[in-house]
Amino acid sequence: MAGQDLAKRESTQAEPKGREQELALAPPVDIFEDVHGITVQAEMPGVSKERLNIQADRNNLLIEGDMVIDMPHGMEAVYADVRATRYRRSFVLSGELDSDKIEANLNDGVLTVRIPKRAEFRPRRIEVRTA
Amino acid sequence: MYGSLFGSFDSPAFDDFRLVENALDQLVGRFAPSAAIRAPQRAAFPPANVGATPERVDVYLFAAGVEPKGLDISIQQNLLIVSGSRNVPVDERFAGEFRRVIALPDDVDPDRVDAKYRDGVLHVTIQRREAARPRQITVN
Repeated sequence: MAGQDLAKRESTQAEPKGREQELALAPPVDIFEDVHGITVQAEMPGVSKERLNIQADRNNLLIEGDMVIDMPHGMEAVYADVRATRYRRSFVLSGELDSDKIEANLNDGVLTVRIPKRAEFRPRRIEVRTA
Repeated sequence: MYGSLFGSFDSPAFDDFRLVENALDQLVGRFAPSAAIRAPQRAAFPPANVGATPERVDVYLFAAGVEPKGLDISIQQNLLIVSGSRNVPVDERFAGEFRRVIALPDDVDPDRVDAKYRDGVLHVTIQRREAARPRQITVN
């Protein structure tokens, strides 16, 4: 499952509205930036790549996923830290990021999303000519 | 879909309650002592859910990105102890050593334990002793 390109890009539609906007967990996220782009790492244990949804347009990045937990029939809760089965979090993207080239990768419940900067925004080395 | 393990906590009423609870947390401080001696602090890593049927107890630890071979899982009487470490360059995510102790019902059988790690969730199954299960008594 590692290393697979999971990015699924769609023109953003309005999110489904209604009472089904149920409780969702905001996954903890770390964000790193380098000269070539931004890397987002989100923690979504219990989500398989089939249940992952990533959407991006020029301005927004949405990550969503549903947990699939193997449970025996008739189980009763004794204790629960985790009280929802869906993760959802969105981010506002800035203009220099190229949302057409987003790549995503899910490994052991850690989602890594890479958003490159547009070529024209990457630093260029300027050669200094000696006269 | 997930029945009582998650479902009973999903109701909007519970959500409201949680909002209040979170607000209270911020007032009182996140680590206000709890009554139960092993009740974890709110920020405990990894988060855990525990469910039970008459036959077995299931413990789910939400530990994404952990090397399963590096996990140390042990049972002592009715205490399940899971420890390990995770190194991530962090901001929001947990990094470093962790250890969680989870109290199980008294009738678990420490010799019949199974653990698997999938999609970042460690799922430990502990069978319960026969004697403790409900039994139908027929009247002669």
